[in-house]
Amino acid sequence: MSIDANFQIQLAEFSLEVELKLTEGEVLAVLGPNGSGKSTLLRALSGLQPIESGVIKIHDVVVDDAEHSLFVMPEHRHVGVMFQSSELFNNLSVLENVAFGLRSRGTKRNNARAHAAEWLERFSLEQFAQRRPTSLSGGQAQRVALARALATNPNLLLLDEPTSALDVRAKAEIRRDLLRLRQQRPVTTLLVTHDPLDAFALADRVIVLEEGRIVQSGALDDVASHPRSRHIADMVGLSLVRGEVRDGALTTPSGARLVVPADSPPGLSVASIRPASVSLHRAEPEGSARNAWSMTVTDIDRHPERVRARLNGPIPLLAELTPAGAEALALTVGDTIWASVKASEVTVTPDLGT
Amino acid sequence: MSEHRGTRARSVELRRPPLAIIAIAAVAIAFFALPFIGLLWRVPWTDAWSLLTTQSSLTALRLSITTSLWATALSIIFGVPLAWVLARYGFPGRRVVRALCLLSLVLPPVVGGVALFAAYGRRGLLGDSLFELFGMRLPFSTAGVVLAQTFIAMPFLVLTVEAALRGLDQRPEDAARTLGASRWYAFRRVTLPAIRPALIAGAVLAWARALGEFGATITFAGNFPGRTQTMPLSVYLALESNPGQALVLSVVMIAISFGVLLSLRDQWLGGSTEAGSSR
Amino acid sequence: MTSVLPPFSRSRPVAIVSAVVVAVTLLATACRAPSKSSSTTSPDSLSGSLTVSAASSLQGAFTDLKVAFEKAHPGMNVTVNFGASSTLAQQIIDGAPVDVFASADEANMTKVSNKKLQSGTPKIFATNSLEIIVRKGNPSKIASLADLSKSGLIYITCAPEVPIGKYGAQVLQKAGVKVSPASLEPDVKGIVAKVTAGEADAGIVYATDISATKGAADGVVIPADVNAIATYPIVAISTSTNSTAAQSWIAFVTGTEGQTILKNYGFGAP
Repeated sequence: MSIDANFQIQLAEFSLEVELKLTEGEVLAVLGPNGSGKSTLLRALSGLQPIESGVIKIHDVVVDDAEHSLFVMPEHRHVGVMFQSSELFNNLSVLENVAFGLRSRGTKRNNARAHAAEWLERFSLEQFAQRRPTSLSGGQAQRVALARALATNPNLLLLDEPTSALDVRAKAEIRRDLLRLRQQRPVTTLLVTHDPLDAFALADRVIVLEEGRIVQSGALDDVASHPRSRHIADMVGLSLVRGEVRDGALTTPSGARLVVPADSPPGLSVASIRPASVSLHRAEPEGSARNAWSMTVTDIDRHPERVRARLNGPIPLLAELTPAGAEALALTVGDTIWASVKASEVTVTPDLGT
Repeated sequence: MSEHRGTRARSVELRRPPLAIIAIAAVAIAFFALPFIGLLWRVPWTDAWSLLTTQSSLTALRLSITTSLWATALSIIFGVPLAWVLARYGFPGRRVVRALCLLSLVLPPVVGGVALFAAYGRRGLLGDSLFELFGMRLPFSTAGVVLAQTFIAMPFLVLTVEAALRGLDQRPEDAARTLGASRWYAFRRVTLPAIRPALIAGAVLAWARALGEFGATITFAGNFPGRTQTMPLSVYLALESNPGQALVLSVVMIAISFGVLLSLRDQWLGGSTEAGSSR
Repeated sequence: MTSVLPPFSRSRPVAIVSAVVVAVTLLATACRAPSKSSSTTSPDSLSGSLTVSAASSLQGAFTDLKVAFEKAHPGMNVTVNFGASSTLAQQIIDGAPVDVFASADEANMTKVSNKKLQSGTPKIFATNSLEIIVRKGNPSKIASLADLSKSGLIYITCAPEVPIGKYGAQVLQKAGVKVSPASLEPDVKGIVAKVTAGEADAGIVYATDISATKGAADGVVIPADVNAIATYPIVAISTSTNSTAAQSWIAFVTGTEGQTILKNYGFGAP
């Protein structure tokens, strides 16, 4: 097991009680609203916060055991951490920042710098090597922070809301870097975020944390299709569509066409659609929605307050309607049904490839 | 019919305090300016250079500079760790310990001198042990001057550095620890650079205070030219024997202190500092 | 419609600051407000306040004298200011409101009369001889002036402007002893304090100072042939606001009662 943790920490309003395991190379996303204890979870794993009861083992080594007063300092845990705001050291150059981890472990300056330069090259950041962190944009700083965390070759990567402080384009860049990393040298990763797009882009598995407790866990698709609470439902359940945007429409590799907002930048993009934005009709709709497809219902998740339906078709979608609405349509699995989405309710993000 | 005023002048006018406040502040400025204006007015300028370059003046000046620099160095070497402990280590009784360490800030320096005797004098706690172990007698010695100055001046540095450490964002240090830095490495390469302005300001203030130290010095180290007679003592004694020399030396001390204060930027005097990380 | 606001002058605040600074400066240089205390000319009903600046070595005697004087003249309020004669002389020259000055040597009295600040001629009212002060029990085993130059001995004195500093140097010179002092204290009581506290081993002070320690320190006699005799002059200050009382005090000090008190403290006759 890469991570085997079972612990408790008392927070201001509630107690964080978590039991989780990660296997080698797995990417786990921890979703949850602000204040649910996600950051504390990450700090406990990285050693910045001791637990109050329980045990944390990383790569089968006990790093925190409350009963036996065993605690391994953060500098000895060999964990790479990325923070929401890059926390680059302003008194050092970008190169020295990336070399910091190695130097702090005893590597000689020149070796550390050479190693750091390699990492900067991998991320195409070499032109910033001599610059000060204050002269970088948010996105650039975060990418340097990622290089800095990876330069020490950690066997566990902890990402604390790595994209939440960034603009849309920078978010996409970081996700691309992380995806590339997964392919080239996979590292066990725990990603804390409140943005489901991060989870969609990167995670194998998802857990949802609310008020210190894990309220749902599983593969992303499952959680999205069968959310256990309104909250989770709101958080996950986006439909993602990849393709190229041109002349106001996104065309998928399979040829399906999705009309997007007029101001969407052209090029490779990812469109996301909230389940509530998908309307279902028995007959082909006319009217303002110019996006309409005939779909097959593959799964229905019924809940007293809402119904979610998985739809398969030119553009696979997740739709959400009220129980009354589902009743009126007499929705059943296997049905053929029309789904429509207004162009204005589609969100487009540049897709920088993997 | 309004006259055209530059934007900058209008901005200044917009933000400045009301005239009544400015008037009161003006009285305060006069209060501070008057003694120095008076001093400059009474200095015997024609004899100034010869008075300044007498053997006793130069000796006192050299002794003052040497001892105050030593006192500043000791204040940094011991004061920074103390500030670190007071700011970051929540041990029981910390408040009491902190008050104890800052006591000489509010104590009359002469009282400090008396207390130093009680600790390091011949009949003090450590006096005889120091003599037996190191052959060192602190009262009436130059080392005693450095001790007295350090005792009085170090709290200035501790206060400034501690305040800066308390106000510092700890997240860069957290990041450094996760990267593999030990506590000391993180402090050296991340924290200290971040509080550099406060550290410099604290050191400069401590140095200025050490330079001007009188009460504890004359009480504990005594007064002897070349050994313990620093500039302030020299001025005090010259008042009776050679008032002209006292004035000239006073002006020199004021010029040094004034220059030092001018060189300190506003932000350093306030003791504030910015966190050492980006975004 | 034209603006109703007064025309904004950027120099207005600056003008105010300058005006205040100038005003305060003028006030300071032009002002002189001596305090006037009431006094009557009747000798047997003296009243008011009297400030006497006296050498440190006179501390015991003049305190008793003050009590006796106030008893004899119930309307009088006497304040005695003790210090090194050199310090006191400088204070008077700088304008301190003092009525009477009693110095431990004539040199410092001369400083005052050189500035024409005396009223009348200074009178010698007492003498004092010098003695070596040592720690209680004389642990350093000092028997003579020559012992003061023993290595490792901490000998302290006062700066030459202070009477005892000058007298002490005279004595050592007469005896042909060379000693390097560890410190030049601001006044004689400083020497007494440090030797009594045990922080210094010896010093040369007035004989009266040693008896004043009441056994907290010991003394070693200096042979008369090398000893110096300190002469104490007293004078009224010309800027005194209570000259009758000042003269009365001087008469008291030089009179029978004053002389008896001084003798009790170990002072010699003038």
